[in-house]
Amino acid sequence: MNISPDAPASLLGRHLLGIADLSPGEIALVLDTADAMKEIGGRAIKKVPALRGRTVVNLFFEPSTRTRMSFEIAEKRLSADTLNFAASTSSVSKGETLADTARNLEAMQPDIIVVRHASSGAAHLLSRVCRARVVNAGDGTHEHPTQALLDAYTIRERKGRLEGLKVAIIGDLLHSRVLRSNLLLLTKMGAEVWACGPATLLPPGLAQYGARVTVSMDEALEGADAVMMLRVQHERMKGMFLPSLREYFTLFGLTEERLRRAKEDVIVMHPGPMNRGVEIDSAVADGRWSVILDQVSNGVAVRMAVLYLMAGGSEEAER
Amino acid sequence: MKFLLKGGTVVDPASGLNGARDLLVDNGRIVKVGQDLPADGARVLEVPRGAVVVPGLIDMHVHLREPGHEHKETIATGTASAVAGGFTAVACMPNTDPVNDQAGITGYILAKAAEAGLARVYPIGAVSIGSKGEQLAEIGDLHRAGCVAISDDGRPVASALLMRRALEYAGMFDMPVIDHCEDASLKSDGVAHEGARSSMLGLKGLPAVAETLIVDRGILLSELTGSRFHVAHMSVASALRSVREGKARGVTVTCEVAPHHFTLTDDALEGYDTNTKMNPPLREQADVDAMLSGLADGSIDVIATDHAPHHADEKALEFDRAPFGIVGLETAVPLCFDRLVHRGVVTLSRLVELLSVNPARILKVGGGTLAEGAVADITLLAPDLAVRVDAQALVSKSKNTPFDGWDLKGAAAATIVGGRIVYVNGAVSWSGAWKDHV
Repeated sequence: MNISPDAPASLLGRHLLGIADLSPGEIALVLDTADAMKEIGGRAIKKVPALRGRTVVNLFFEPSTRTRMSFEIAEKRLSADTLNFAASTSSVSKGETLADTARNLEAMQPDIIVVRHASSGAAHLLSRVCRARVVNAGDGTHEHPTQALLDAYTIRERKGRLEGLKVAIIGDLLHSRVLRSNLLLLTKMGAEVWACGPATLLPPGLAQYGARVTVSMDEALEGADAVMMLRVQHERMKGMFLPSLREYFTLFGLTEERLRRAKEDVIVMHPGPMNRGVEIDSAVADGRWSVILDQVSNGVAVRMAVLYLMAGGSEEAER
Repeated sequence: MKFLLKGGTVVDPASGLNGARDLLVDNGRIVKVGQDLPADGARVLEVPRGAVVVPGLIDMHVHLREPGHEHKETIATGTASAVAGGFTAVACMPNTDPVNDQAGITGYILAKAAEAGLARVYPIGAVSIGSKGEQLAEIGDLHRAGCVAISDDGRPVASALLMRRALEYAGMFDMPVIDHCEDASLKSDGVAHEGARSSMLGLKGLPAVAETLIVDRGILLSELTGSRFHVAHMSVASALRSVREGKARGVTVTCEVAPHHFTLTDDALEGYDTNTKMNPPLREQADVDAMLSGLADGSIDVIATDHAPHHADEKALEFDRAPFGIVGLETAVPLCFDRLVHRGVVTLSRLVELLSVNPARILKVGGGTLAEGAVADITLLAPDLAVRVDAQALVSKSKNTPFDGWDLKGAAAATIVGGRIVYVNGAVSWSGAWKDHV
């Protein structure tokens, strides 16, 4: 694939707020484009001029190391000018509203704003205020679309397809934006999604969105092609969701023994950061099934693809 | 002022009247109702073709925000919004700053309302001091100062014990206790109806059962005490089921529903418009259908708006940080006609019961009828007038409505309070003496 600075108009719509807005064709386009981007990451000189002269702001209101670095590397490999904005060092702590922060950034004419925020819908709010294109890098417990895209890329890389696969997503479903984006993406692409977690952490109505819902880990794992483990946070004991992390591991921790119910060539995934010994046993996390570090590598390629496709259009072309 | 409202269809369910009548008004009262009444020296006001004359509409659940939150609304702007919506009277909730928990504040509200001289204002006093749920407010004093009911609205009456005491105590003055029914622990920090929609939007849920649990508590305590219990802004099917069962066994429970709860579902939350955030939240289709059935069969007593003005800056926040509530006074009549009358859910006569007769009966205030001798609180309705809701054109100081841009059929044509014409809708074609008022 030839990446040229004279790329066509955005192939992903105005903003990337969630997987909900993407068609199966658009999802496939991102994954195919990521193949070309991954090749760039393997070169000695890992840089192409696709976004030269474009400004990308990474607006992170929530602490994040992995996602922010992944975006930043992706931006740099595409030659964009990048600017990092962290809430702790910003005027947010002085009481400025999100909309005003965005308007101030907007006044500096960025082309793309990548936003991470603790409130669901924050990316939507930004997209209404800003002319720049908005990429949602995780909003509350709503969506994390680039995570789902990199997960899908990783599965496709290993399995050659998404359609017809059984994917089990296990853990704290209620508080997971990774679950929501993956459920939407995988069902759109024809995979069978099993959602499994303790009853106190199951969001209502998942079945209406195509998930097979179960509290039995064995049922979720039976014949699975891919298993995605979700992080369980320590503070979940406070909301009376869980009695203890010890008990959580005995009921929902992924061990080698449990994993035997899955297909022989099952892959194990985790969006990170992992809690070893809480949701996943180290023997599994570091074992032959694990593609957890592949996810991280692929994250860069997928984010390059997203940024490239979104910035492809010039302002002129839009008007 | 003496005038004759001539040539209109009069719908007055309280006196069983639904037909062509003239109304003679003098000195703030309706002095004569009849066919082809002579002018007899009175100014003749011809009722426009298609308009209907009904007893003044009463909104028994509004937030006027004064004292304390005048940047959202004042008693003057709130009552101006009320009359522009066809309401001749409103009952205002006590969650001002300070809370209306003592006679001095009630007196302040009434003085401001008199100064504005638009809609009548019936203050609702607090159940507990500061609405904190710890100690009963001086309910006798509040009653004497002019409060027509008590409520800790904005929050639920804090405990079963307080609710019991409030019912017992308010019962001495035959005042209803109005409760915002919601179990606080189940509510937690929820912001949207708990269901498939909130799950996928990643918004923390407000479960339906949190409402029904406290409705059930109120019904049981009303049964125990024999005092009147009124459910504010009911929104879920299971709460309606409880009210129906309570009424069937003779409990003195009444309930209201807000127009947005029979019009919108939580589908409207897609896109995170904070003008779709209110408490109770927008529910599911099954709940909307239940509200419509309750309106049709009479188990719902009242339509009330829960008019909750908020400044645009307060709503321009992340969904979970924005305050709950929308304005409702000026969209209520159009929504009631469009969604209820024109779709055959209720008759016009039944609508008048919901918007006038029953709130007057529950609050034991004047109005609710056009019988001879009654106070001349009169609303003229234009059932077929086409309106497009324009948030920025609302009379209310705040513009937080999810109905901006909606095309609806039906509106208030004119509002008369105590024999004074306080609002005339410029979109209606008026003739003769009306023109002086447009």
